[in-house]
Amino acid sequence: MTTKKTDKACCLGIESTADDFGVGIATFKGEILANVRSDYVPPEGGIHPREAARHHAEVADKALEEAFAKSKIKPKNLTAIAFSQGPGLGPCLRTGATVSRALSSYLDLPLVGVNHCVAHIEIGKLKTGAVDPVTLYVSGGNTIVAAFEGGRYRVFGETLDIALGNCLDVFAREAGLRQASGMPFGAVIEKLAVDGKKLIPLPYAVKGMDLSLSGLLTAAVNLFKKKKCRLEDLCYSLQETAFSMVTEVTERALAHTEKKEVLLTGGVASNKRLQSMINDIAKEHNASFCVVPSEFAVDNGAMVAWTGVLTYTHGVVTPVEKSFVKLRWRLEEVEVPWVK
Amino acid sequence: MGEMKPPVLMKKGAEASLYLADWHGRKVVIKKRLPKQYRPSELDTQIRTYRTIHEPQLMHEAKVAGVPTPTIFLVDLKDSSITMEYVEGEQIKRLLNKVSKNERQRLCFKIGELTGKLHEYGLIHGDLTTSNMILNSEGKIFFVDFGLGEKSKELEARGVDLHLMKRALQSTHFRFADECFDAVMKGYTSVLRTEPLRNVLDKVKEIEKRGRYVAERREKE
Repeated sequence: MTTKKTDKACCLGIESTADDFGVGIATFKGEILANVRSDYVPPEGGIHPREAARHHAEVADKALEEAFAKSKIKPKNLTAIAFSQGPGLGPCLRTGATVSRALSSYLDLPLVGVNHCVAHIEIGKLKTGAVDPVTLYVSGGNTIVAAFEGGRYRVFGETLDIALGNCLDVFAREAGLRQASGMPFGAVIEKLAVDGKKLIPLPYAVKGMDLSLSGLLTAAVNLFKKKKCRLEDLCYSLQETAFSMVTEVTERALAHTEKKEVLLTGGVASNKRLQSMINDIAKEHNASFCVVPSEFAVDNGAMVAWTGVLTYTHGVVTPVEKSFVKLRWRLEEVEVPWVK
Repeated sequence: MGEMKPPVLMKKGAEASLYLADWHGRKVVIKKRLPKQYRPSELDTQIRTYRTIHEPQLMHEAKVAGVPTPTIFLVDLKDSSITMEYVEGEQIKRLLNKVSKNERQRLCFKIGELTGKLHEYGLIHGDLTTSNMILNSEGKIFFVDFGLGEKSKELEARGVDLHLMKRALQSTHFRFADECFDAVMKGYTSVLRTEPLRNVLDKVKEIEKRGRYVAERREKE
């Protein structure tokens, strides 16, 4: 990434769907020149949308400056401004959208609204070289098994209630665990689970290619409150049960679509145990296993910038009057003309 | 035993492998749930045993309810395998995208009727997708793969079953998902007696809204 950059077309992307504020800059050829993140860690409890949005507004200018400095790109040399238009938390989305609209009108650049879930898949493909994968996207807000079919990414399986990351986070909070920047709840549970020895029976709810995690969470929390199980065993059992469920539905989608690649992404993708499970089913179906590097698997600006490039170069822009955020914008509503 | 031809792998599914075999002069399918390396062995054994026991029971009861299913010949728990009748025909999944609109609607109406019969009898299929339905040469639709099924008359379970059918149509037959699901519901209504239709439709909507990102929810915002 040391080549001369000023003569290159670039897109800046802003991500702010939940607790992360991210700014990324990508060239039209797919080089990521900057990927700056600032995450909001609540002092206690879950993400309060208003507090997270306040954090985003406070860090936005610094994150932008840092991205420009890292990429050595001048604002006037950008070609387009992309932003996560949804799905996500309203106040957080609106903050990112406001910053993006301001940049776009001040620099007189086209605005490109990007679907957050599409962005996760696209950066995953860019970073791993996957071409036509079955994607398992697992994070605090999403649990989706998707694959390309007929012009769009179709959702083959998803959670019927809460997301996998949410299930782990809430259990960790109920169990009184602490998270820190760089050591999120998922990582705390993963560490404890390594010392788990006993598999405690928990509800296993696979429904077709969909799954339900709320019953599992309630059962695990209740067992913790009864104080009869070791916390390590509970973490281990929670992971094993929940991961077996997402792995089973991913395998179903893989067998159903007969695709030859599996892409694992989202915040929970960094979990080594989940990686090994998905790797097993990929091998079983002669598919290659691609895990997105952590920096690009969590919410980040680079994925928005890169998807902005794909969208913009296929003639799609978002006029300001149509740039309202879309809180529940489903993955399969988006046409992806760049995928053949 | 000696004259039997060795089983031939027909389809490697996600959960089980299907072998085509000759069993005392009959053409049969052996459905074998192979151990899954990825999950702990206790969990794996528990899941495979549970499903191998329940699937044949549900398939038999479905027949009683008036829903064609392959006849079960043998269940082997040691092996987690089920030996059943081979149904000559074509998967609805492969048919639906290539038949005429009329034929598509007729098939979907029929699927709805069969689903209604199952539910009316207190059975939940658990994985209602068009890959789990086979149309035979006599025009009968067979339901297969009851591995995720259960016995229940609860509205919740019925709603989830129909919701899964809708989701399967949306991902695999997205060009005509809506008209197909409408036809399914028409067929379903024509046989359901124990529950007012309104309740079922409302339940399907409610389940849909529990999902993370759903249009109906968005409209209110």
